[in-house]
Amino acid sequence: MYGNAYIDKNDIRPSTDVDDPVKLEEFEARIARGEKIEPDDWMPAKYRKTLIRMIEQHAHSEIIGALPEGTWITRAPSFKRKLALIAKVQDEVGHGHLLYAAAETLGKSREAMINDLLNGKSKYSNVFNYPAKTWADIAVIGFLVDAGAIVNQLANSKGSYGPYCRALERICYEESFHLKQGYDAFVALAAGTPKQRAMVQDALNRWWFPPLMHFFGPPDDLSVHSEELIRWKVKMMTNEEMRQEFMDQYVPKIWEMGLTLPDPKLRRDETTGKWEYTQPDWDEFFRVINGDGPCNKERLAVRRYAELSGRWVREALKNPKQVHHVPYA
Amino acid sequence: MQNSLDPRIRRSDLDSASGFNQVGENENWETFAVFHQDKRGDAHVFVGIVHAPDPELALVFAKEQYGRRKKTVNMWVVRSTDIYTFRHEDEDMFATVPEKNYREASGYPVRKRINKYLHDLEEAHS
Repeated sequence: MYGNAYIDKNDIRPSTDVDDPVKLEEFEARIARGEKIEPDDWMPAKYRKTLIRMIEQHAHSEIIGALPEGTWITRAPSFKRKLALIAKVQDEVGHGHLLYAAAETLGKSREAMINDLLNGKSKYSNVFNYPAKTWADIAVIGFLVDAGAIVNQLANSKGSYGPYCRALERICYEESFHLKQGYDAFVALAAGTPKQRAMVQDALNRWWFPPLMHFFGPPDDLSVHSEELIRWKVKMMTNEEMRQEFMDQYVPKIWEMGLTLPDPKLRRDETTGKWEYTQPDWDEFFRVINGDGPCNKERLAVRRYAELSGRWVREALKNPKQVHHVPYA
Repeated sequence: MQNSLDPRIRRSDLDSASGFNQVGENENWETFAVFHQDKRGDAHVFVGIVHAPDPELALVFAKEQYGRRKKTVNMWVVRSTDIYTFRHEDEDMFATVPEKNYREASGYPVRKRINKYLHDLEEAHS
């Protein structure tokens, strides 16, 4: 699901290691030629650090993202919807594993990543700090949150780090089913009884502001930092480019069903081809990302509880002679 | 979590884990590389890793993670520590002569040679 390419610029302090200029030049030339970087290659300290942060954050988002959806498995409206939702949630957890594995190749152990999540040091996508109140929320999440994720992940899958690209390719393939089943559930409600239409309209109103409009993060300032990340193909599109792409593809699909979005300013400027919209409250974005959203406490409490509950099994199976080894790919 | 929308969460004693924030080192076990075969006759292909305490469970997890969607007939798992590899930075050792025509079938235009021979023969007899 759920990439969120947002990188807090205050979060990344300039590295004190000075990179070898000759190696840096070779590294940049390799990326400029369109070649992939592999785990055992030399890379700038900041490249490694930023990628770990980004992939790890993405992995956490997949795992946490399964929680609001998992809530509705027991209450899905039909057997087929239940099967689809179980499969989707299972995929998301699988994606979390794939992404932890990709981040691990950069030298951070999976345990360390889980600990940083539990201690609030690592972030995950803000959308999951909002509650899924009705079945229509699940349709809107499956359709639009996954749509946002696909925009983000397709862009990132063309990046420069081999293991991340390989993981994303597989994820995007599974994601297409998530989106389609979400779209199907969304259309079923929108084409349904007045009550069903009202339900999906209400979910849209709650999910457009703030979660969906926050999804890609605030517009990037064109700092040296973000230019470098774009040159290194860590970030493939700016936040605003991704948001525009998302609106291009999905706003028409929402309007096609005669539903509305809660933004009177929302329109596509035919001359520029750009969407105009009301800026969401970015202060809220930062408040929520730093722990003060409607569901932050519950999400982390559930993760902690799950880790602790499974601990005796993991401990029982541990092999005392094993050594930690960074995977090759 | 009395205010949770999820009845399962309201029923669970989440507070019992409130002090827990430290997964131990190696608690997620070691890693195994997974090789996936999608049909008989095809080669096994590396698809990713799993964390597991032993090869048997590594196979179980590999089936779950890499055999869930794609057609699968067989899988291998190999401990990451049992893989030996060159380093990417040494890839120049695989560089050879730029012109490898002499070791390609297409580098030997025999028919051209035959045609020339037959043509010359014809010329000589006419």
